[in-house]
Amino acid sequence: MDEPIAWAALSAGRSRASGRGIVGRSADRLAAVIVWMTAAAVSAVFLWLLSDLVRHGAGQLSWAFLVDPPSNAGRAGGIGPIVQSTAWILMIALGVALPIGLGTAVLLAENTSSETLSGRLVRRSLDVLAGVPSIVFGLFGNAFFCVYLGLGFSILSGGLTLACMVLPILIRSTEEGLRAVPTEYRLGGAALGLGRLTILTRLLLPAATPGLVAGVVLGFGRAIAETAALIFTSGYVDRRPESVFDSGRALSIHIYDLAINIPGGELNAYATALVLVMILIITNSTASWLGGRLHAQHLLS
Amino acid sequence: MRARQRFTIWFESCRLSRRADWLLAWSLRLSALVSGALVVFITVFVIAEAWPALRSIGVWRFLNDASWYPSAGVEDGTFNLVPMLVGTVLTTAGAIVLAAPLGVLSAIFRQVYAPPGVGRVYRWLIELLAGIPSVVYGFWGLVVVVPIITRFEPPGASLLAGILILTLMILPTTTLASDAALQSVPRRTIEGAAALGLGRWATLQGVALPAASSGIATGVLLATGRALGETMAVLMVCGNVVAVPDSLFDPVRTLTANIALEMAYALDGHRSALFVSGLVLLLLVSALVLAAEVVDRRQAVG
Repeated sequence: MDEPIAWAALSAGRSRASGRGIVGRSADRLAAVIVWMTAAAVSAVFLWLLSDLVRHGAGQLSWAFLVDPPSNAGRAGGIGPIVQSTAWILMIALGVALPIGLGTAVLLAENTSSETLSGRLVRRSLDVLAGVPSIVFGLFGNAFFCVYLGLGFSILSGGLTLACMVLPILIRSTEEGLRAVPTEYRLGGAALGLGRLTILTRLLLPAATPGLVAGVVLGFGRAIAETAALIFTSGYVDRRPESVFDSGRALSIHIYDLAINIPGGELNAYATALVLVMILIITNSTASWLGGRLHAQHLLS
Repeated sequence: MRARQRFTIWFESCRLSRRADWLLAWSLRLSALVSGALVVFITVFVIAEAWPALRSIGVWRFLNDASWYPSAGVEDGTFNLVPMLVGTVLTTAGAIVLAAPLGVLSAIFRQVYAPPGVGRVYRWLIELLAGIPSVVYGFWGLVVVVPIITRFEPPGASLLAGILILTLMILPTTTLASDAALQSVPRRTIEGAAALGLGRWATLQGVALPAASSGIATGVLLATGRALGETMAVLMVCGNVVAVPDSLFDPVRTLTANIALEMAYALDGHRSALFVSGLVLLLLVSALVLAAEVVDRRQAVG
């Protein structure tokens, strides 16, 4: 956790500044008022949003809502099949992205080649990939996975599209985790005559676990929040999927569909949004807690 | 740092007698190749899909056709993307104009004005908001913000609604970037300003903010990229009428919303035209990301 800069010195400066005449003092006072008002307004709007979700959504929440299939186009019933489709999409996305991301992160963090042209190119292209708009991932996923590879509108297409999307997040976080491992670990392993693979799997990866897990959690958060990339890859079908080749509707798409296409779907949209936001609050708090541990490790090393 | 370099040199040159180590080295290279080449592959694929439209319709018609009526086919249809371009530029510009100062003020609040406990809660709130899905912002905009605007200026779903929701969405990005930039201003610089007898605001305005400016600029560039590429939130609150708006209360359609709305039934030339707009977005955002890196590097050097 970063602590704010110590402005104690400034407080002393402020009391002296009060002797500088009315202009400086009133500018300071005006600035303080504006800054406090901004913070209050920003907090108020966001608390308004969160309290709306809780107020309208909490009434619908129950175990039955989470497991039952939707009925009457989603106006009634639950979100059971949608939760299942979402889980499958996420498992495919992380299952595919994790090995590739791990390999790339190890190469970038542990090899000299990360300082060479090719290492810099990989990093630069990952930065651009992280900025690519999700609708463009959707276009690409539709053209490549659905049409070119012939997977059609399916959970598999959606999962693979999201795998491309979460890759940069996974890599960045895992690389940071590996860099936080003290050099002595590697030197110690080398002194024992261990091979690269052994050093990596027995020493470096266990020590880098917080970074790795934080990456997975952040990637999970990004993937579960995604909508635009899934509309044309995993599709709209809200039945319970039987295999990964079936189309399946993700939670975020369910919210969109209820809000836009289904008059009277608002209450269930609120409830689904509340479920999604609660999942995200849990995952993001976990990630920042792990990030804090990573930071502490950095300081100790 | 030197120890690391010595080690990595060892890591590179260490005997690769074991087969497992060979396999490891090659699988690492392979995965890095896949991740590094992915963005190139995506770009090439989008270009390939956009190519038929670029060739048979051409850039000229995308900017000068009478209207947007693409489903009639390449010959009879019209392909004017200008209203969507204007919609994207206006929503993004409006959101940045609001979110950049609000983000800087929020960061100043946490770094300077807030008592430690309040600052921590505020940061937690902002981080929480950074993680809320765009579809939830869009939904809330649709059921809360749009009706409020309707009361004053129907139809409600408008450029203004889009700007407001986008502002909320990118505010965490500009706040967190400004926060990190202020954090990295050397303490001595600030103590020096205090020693000169400058007040809080004078120190901020004259010393801390200029020192943090490139970090703030990086954040604003990244937030611009995020706003340009945002789909769901603007799709849900902007009204999506294909027309250049006359006022803040007119509905607009952005490039991203256009793709999301029409992709489901687009065929041939129409589909290809949508990939052209995707390509435009991809190039714009890549340029912004690279520009942000240049600004960031200049800060690291300077």
